[in-house]
Amino acid sequence: MNWLPPALSTYAADIDRIFYVILVITGIIFVAVEVTLIVFMIKYRGREGRKAYYIEGNTKAEVIWTVTPAIIVLALAFASQDVWSRLKNPDRFPSDALTFSVEAKQFEWNFTYPGIDGVLGNGDDFTIRNQLHLPVGQPVVVHTSSIDVIHSFFIPVFRIKQDIVPGMVIPVWFEATETGEFELACAELCGLGHYRMRARVFVHSQEDFASWMAEQS
Amino acid sequence: MATVEAVAGQMAHAHHDDRSFLRRYIFSTDHKMIGIQFLFACLFFLLVGGLLAMLIRWQVAFPGKPLPFGGIFPETMAPNGIILPEFYNALVTMHGTFMIFFAIMPLLVGVYANYLIPLKLGAPDMAFPRLNMMSFWLFVSSGIIMLASFFVEGGPSAAGWTVYAPLSAVPEYSGVSAGQQLWIVSIVFFAASSLLGSVNYITTVINMRAPGMTLFRMPLSIWSLFITAILALLAVPILAGALVMLLFDQTIGTTFFLPEHGGQPLLWQHLFWFFGHPEVYILILPAMGMVSDIIANGSRKPIFGYHSMVFAIAGIAFLGWIVWGHHMFQSGMNPLLGTSFMVSTMAIAVPTAIKVCNWLATMWRGNIQFHTPMLNATAFVAMFTVGGLSGIFMASNSLDIFIHDTYFIVAHIHYVLFGGSLFAIFAAIYFWYPKMFGRMMNETWGKVHFALTFVFYNLVFFPMHIIGIGGHMRRIYDPTQYTFMQPMQPMNRFITISAFLLFVSQIPFVINFFWSLFKGKKAEINPWRDNGLEWTVPSPPAHGNFEITPTVYRGPYEFSSPEVDEDFLPQTTPLNGDRRTAPEQVPGD
Amino acid sequence: MLSFWDRRAEFVSLTLMAFIAACGGGGGGASGDSASGGSAEGTMAAVVDESTAATITGAVAFSGAPVEAKAIDMSEESVCADKYSMPPMTQRVVVNDNGTLRNVFIYVKEGLGDLTFPTPSEPVVLDQDGCRYHPHVFGVQVGQDITIKNSDGVLHNINSKPSENRGFNISQPVVMETTRSFRTPEIGIPLECDVHGWMQAYVSVVEHPYFAVTGEDGSFSLTPLPPGTYVIEAWHDVYGTATQEVTVGENEEAEIAFTFGDAAA
Repeated sequence: MNWLPPALSTYAADIDRIFYVILVITGIIFVAVEVTLIVFMIKYRGREGRKAYYIEGNTKAEVIWTVTPAIIVLALAFASQDVWSRLKNPDRFPSDALTFSVEAKQFEWNFTYPGIDGVLGNGDDFTIRNQLHLPVGQPVVVHTSSIDVIHSFFIPVFRIKQDIVPGMVIPVWFEATETGEFELACAELCGLGHYRMRARVFVHSQEDFASWMAEQS
Repeated sequence: MATVEAVAGQMAHAHHDDRSFLRRYIFSTDHKMIGIQFLFACLFFLLVGGLLAMLIRWQVAFPGKPLPFGGIFPETMAPNGIILPEFYNALVTMHGTFMIFFAIMPLLVGVYANYLIPLKLGAPDMAFPRLNMMSFWLFVSSGIIMLASFFVEGGPSAAGWTVYAPLSAVPEYSGVSAGQQLWIVSIVFFAASSLLGSVNYITTVINMRAPGMTLFRMPLSIWSLFITAILALLAVPILAGALVMLLFDQTIGTTFFLPEHGGQPLLWQHLFWFFGHPEVYILILPAMGMVSDIIANGSRKPIFGYHSMVFAIAGIAFLGWIVWGHHMFQSGMNPLLGTSFMVSTMAIAVPTAIKVCNWLATMWRGNIQFHTPMLNATAFVAMFTVGGLSGIFMASNSLDIFIHDTYFIVAHIHYVLFGGSLFAIFAAIYFWYPKMFGRMMNETWGKVHFALTFVFYNLVFFPMHIIGIGGHMRRIYDPTQYTFMQPMQPMNRFITISAFLLFVSQIPFVINFFWSLFKGKKAEINPWRDNGLEWTVPSPPAHGNFEITPTVYRGPYEFSSPEVDEDFLPQTTPLNGDRRTAPEQVPGD
Repeated sequence: MLSFWDRRAEFVSLTLMAFIAACGGGGGGASGDSASGGSAEGTMAAVVDESTAATITGAVAFSGAPVEAKAIDMSEESVCADKYSMPPMTQRVVVNDNGTLRNVFIYVKEGLGDLTFPTPSEPVVLDQDGCRYHPHVFGVQVGQDITIKNSDGVLHNINSKPSENRGFNISQPVVMETTRSFRTPEIGIPLECDVHGWMQAYVSVVEHPYFAVTGEDGSFSLTPLPPGTYVIEAWHDVYGTATQEVTVGENEEAEIAFTFGDAAA
């Protein structure tokens, strides 16, 4: 089934796995409920001169269908927890990551790269509009900020999304697993140009990235 | 404080109804007329919301193509019929606003809390009839102000119905100034209307139940409306307060939600969703309650697990206060909060599951009558299940990283609000129409309307799950701007065509509704053979409802009782051995 | 029989409804900043006697180190990028081959006294083509229509940032035209596209027709002027303003010069 976009980051498969697990569980429940409903509608359709079965409830049934969903959902909660923490807790970000920053504004993304010295904030930083370049197989941390309204940093193939809030600097991280050209979208309504606030994501081989970085500096 | 006896004494004068036309139909304090006034007003706003949706879907499916009849729009919204991006943002904002505040919520609460609570409890009217009338006219004012916002410079609010700051707070960012302020004023009026309503509903339920109508003999429709009123009482003021803060940021230079001088955009989201999450339970609980009544009636069987159902309603309402952060998983709030909110959000699936199981168990071994209300109520169960299950996907904070702000969320919203609330509203309209207007709606056309609506509704909203999983974002004026979304465009067109057909499918309902007012078959006193107190008085009931205060002997779901031959047993029918719990009532002064 | 309370409630309700209806009716304001017409403002139009009219001409020189133009990367917008065979360059400081400065806005700042001039009915056209504004710097008269064209067919928004005028921010998602105007004199109003951040234009609004923008030869000519003493101002978005006072007699042609650049004051 390929409804999902290609999974091209180191944690994309983890997110997708959660999707499939929930899909299977909810799918089973969905089929069970709808089939039961249809069967009941047919089997218990009204007939003249008949009465229904007079019963007000059954405590055992109530317990079963209280405890079972509780167990399922709590299990799902615990199962998702580690992925969440790994992706969003800055203390757990990879320590060997390259660091970039992006400033979002209506309606463009301005990426600042650290230049060949690899450190942001030094004189050789450079900024490019609407292009995110990164090497494959290397974790990258992007410090996101906004100068006007809330935007949201969304790269579908990496499965990362993070709202960008003016007044805050919020880091995101990802590690690409394949080279190619992909898309970054704004995922929070930010004004008339929201629908087109798009950046291209270029994942290079490590050599190509190094030469690109040298060229730009 | 009016006691039941004193009010009953008053109501012995019920047959001397000498109110003027103005007092009977326009400025009425009669809860039934107010309920009907809400019904007409809300059906109009439902139409407005639906038209806005048609415009949205046109643009998504055919970006940049001029609207047919597009010439009616001013150049600032749709020059030559081509919808501008800022107008599109206003359309999605106003669609959500009208549907949530002016259609679904008042259809459930303004109409049915008003109409049903006194009737089903054996009361002559609400505790505060004049406050009730004020509540309606505040609602109308609110709606007029909201409609007016379309006609000011800069157009109506375009920041989403969720009105996130700073986009909503700073006119330079959105291009909207007066429109956003009018939106705020309108909703503050709405909040006032809602609060007056809640005060009435709660007081009436607590104080004005007929003798024998203990809390646990109240129908689930009343339980749900009662608990909803408490939710509204507590949640709506928070929205009003937050809106005043937003208005100040917009107009007098405060920075509550702006990053300058220490303001916090996230504060808006916390305040809004602290209201917003209980709000969505306000939008579903009355629907669940009325569906329970109708399913028991349609199955000719007691509701299964009545007490569990009551506790489930209370559980949903209670848990609803501690889940708001699930709207903010990706917002930039502390990730640790993501964990606590996920657990509470997953937990709220449990009382919901209990309810679905109980509805199914009610139908089990029933003797099901498939009248139009029952069809719609059954559809509610089927569709709300889908909506509830899709909620589990977004309850997982990590999966939500991907599906937040995509069409998967839009699918979920519409499965619970349309598949859920709106089908329940249709069920309620068909069910209580005879009591309201003294005539039956046409049953055949009711079934046609149901079938068409059910089919097209699923064709519109189910595919949204699929494009959402594909990563298709929300509130997007032109999806073809992204390469990864271009393959989904045929599905967008399919959704749009289905949406047009869904809209058109409402025509039989509208015609049936209005035609039946004048030409429908005259309704008997109890056409659905139901047990509620409203079905013991004429259709429509007289001003004052009950000539004699009724006495209640049993719960509302005694269908197919072994005690009688009929398959229903009204709450107020005394049987041998029933002890009258009220003193002898003598009609007259 | 209506009780006292019923009557009072009725009166209050009716009054409230009437009030709200009046507010609703009266509150619907203008729907957007539509363009004003091109007719004269109604005051006495100036009649300049052609037989005695004078002319002020000149050029704007550039001094100092040449400012290197950078190539604009339009690769993100292929519709625009494809329109260029050579990459488009930034336009902030454009020095002509003859050492003069392009895109300087020259106008009569003082000296016209109480004369008023009719608003031209012809609009000025601002075109967005190849994701650039054409022209980059231009002038209009107060109330004169500016017809903004989108020749690219991709989303542009025209975000004006005036300080004296009421601004506008309009979008054009397809090939289309929109018309706007300004009502108050103001020099150097920035116009920006938020979707294509390199797009920049400047419009200056004056009350009379005596303005010009230096072109490929850096020159300007203001005519036909009534004889008198004038203050002429030159404006450039990087180098700011400079003024010159000049007196012209009947049928006289006076020449003035401006110099902008790093070495200039």
